[in-house]
Amino acid sequence: MARPSLFGLLLIAPALAMIGALFLYPLGYSLAAAFTEPGGSLSLVHFQKAYDLYSTDIVFTLFIVVVSTLLTGLFSIAIAGILTLSETPWLVAVLRQLYRWPLFIPFIVAAQCMRTFLAKNGLMNNSLVALGIMEPIQATSFLDWRGIIITFVWKQVPFVTLMLAGAMASIDRATIEAGRNLGASRLRVLIELVLPQVAQTLLVGLVLSFVTMLSVLSVPMMVAGSQPTMLTVDMAFRINSYGDYATANALGVISYLIAGTVAWIYLRHNVKREMQA
Amino acid sequence: MSVKMRLSSAAAGPDPQALSGAGRTPALAQERVSSVAKARTWAYGSTLLKILGLAVFAFLLFGPLANLVLWSFAERWYAPFKLPVSYGTRYWEVVFRPTGDAMSSLATSVSIACLTVLVALAVSVPAGYALARLRLPWRTALMILFLLPQAFPSVAIYINVARVFYSLGLTGTISGVVLVHAAHGLVYSVWIAAAAFAAVDRDLELAARNIGASPLRTFFTVTLPLAAPGIMASAIFVFLESLDEFTGTFFVGVPQVTTLPLLLYNASMGGNYQIASITALILLVPSILFMIVIERFLKADVLSKVGQ
Repeated sequence: MARPSLFGLLLIAPALAMIGALFLYPLGYSLAAAFTEPGGSLSLVHFQKAYDLYSTDIVFTLFIVVVSTLLTGLFSIAIAGILTLSETPWLVAVLRQLYRWPLFIPFIVAAQCMRTFLAKNGLMNNSLVALGIMEPIQATSFLDWRGIIITFVWKQVPFVTLMLAGAMASIDRATIEAGRNLGASRLRVLIELVLPQVAQTLLVGLVLSFVTMLSVLSVPMMVAGSQPTMLTVDMAFRINSYGDYATANALGVISYLIAGTVAWIYLRHNVKREMQA
Repeated sequence: MSVKMRLSSAAAGPDPQALSGAGRTPALAQERVSSVAKARTWAYGSTLLKILGLAVFAFLLFGPLANLVLWSFAERWYAPFKLPVSYGTRYWEVVFRPTGDAMSSLATSVSIACLTVLVALAVSVPAGYALARLRLPWRTALMILFLLPQAFPSVAIYINVARVFYSLGLTGTISGVVLVHAAHGLVYSVWIAAAAFAAVDRDLELAARNIGASPLRTFFTVTLPLAAPGIMASAIFVFLESLDEFTGTFFVGVPQVTTLPLLLYNASMGGNYQIASITALILLVPSILFMIVIERFLKADVLSKVGQ
């Protein structure tokens, strides 16, 4: 067992081949298509075109994904915090049963739900009008950037909350009790004692959510109108309408860069933490 | 604190003489009563606030789903009516007609999902065993490699997969879609299978070997049955991922392969909300069932080893 097992490599080879053929090879293909001119020489001309045509959408995508990630973090902390620190058992029990529902609901189903729920004449506006909170004349459609953010947050909060509540349940209760006994409010205990101990889990959950939201095609297509829109929709449009792989791949590389930046922030945080430890 | 308040209210509150009193300490008593009342209002207020908060939360959570159900039974629904004008199951009959698009999409989706599970398990059970039990170089790097397809913005990958598949004649075929789905689900199947094998007690394998079982027999009669619940969980994960997958099918499967998510998309973009909603409800059933049973399959001992 001291040296690498050849048998082990043999067992893992088919899975590796699959990743190679269906992920690494297309990845290389996309980089090649984005960085080479029709002549075959290296150039950034496709990025110039992508920037000229879609700079608004790049900013729009960043805005949507960053805001959704922040809101997801905020709501998840609130729900997980209530689950961990609330002193009202029935509240915790009900909330625990409720919050998970969207967890395994596919994005496309969430998009279809929101497409009807957030519409001008959707159930949300209708309920607000029926309750007398809003005048019918004030009803507006949320099917734009707000709709995308609402759908993303609705879908991702259960996932991050699940991770966060798990991490919070496993921290030492004594620190919380000590803080409470010394007279700290529950909000203060949450922010100053609990959160620092689960920051790592929160970060992982948010990074995964960020990349997921960056990759989703169905939600921006179904929930929002055509302009401005997210990079995924632009890529699909370049391919389906023009067969323009070069510009689409340049946009793809831009989305890798956005995802890569977030991964880098995560890794840097990790390194810093290990240095401190 | 509220207990103390209640005690003092029992002592002071019901006694009218303490209030109108013989002029002993009316101010003090009044103050006491008002603080009791305040504490009570505060407690009621807080409970009311909690109920209100939960109601708003539940509305935001289930409102969109309720809208979906309403649409699926709405035969006619247009502005300015807040609820459908007429209800009926006409569209359900359309969807469930044996010859309809929806039934053929359902069959396509389920068969793709089953094939995807087979392909994913065929490569991930050996890989998971190797990762859990055998000595591999750069093991961490290998684990991360399986994560990468999930950690990359997938649209950019799929458009190139579609391009490669086009030159191979795989676009618009079931096998092309199955391959894409299997690669996408590989991170779940490999990671969970590795965790499931890692959770199997090594002593049981050694005992089997000691009483003369061959390595292969040990694997099939001891290791595999013990890891089966975890592998089952990974199979369910892959099945659901495949059933719900939209982006890859959108690029690789069109125009011949129409899975349920694609049917939903086409119906919704075409303004046929009834068909879209019913399709969405069909897709919801396995997701919700899974949410309910997942804890049965994915035991804590396996969960704690995922990703290690």
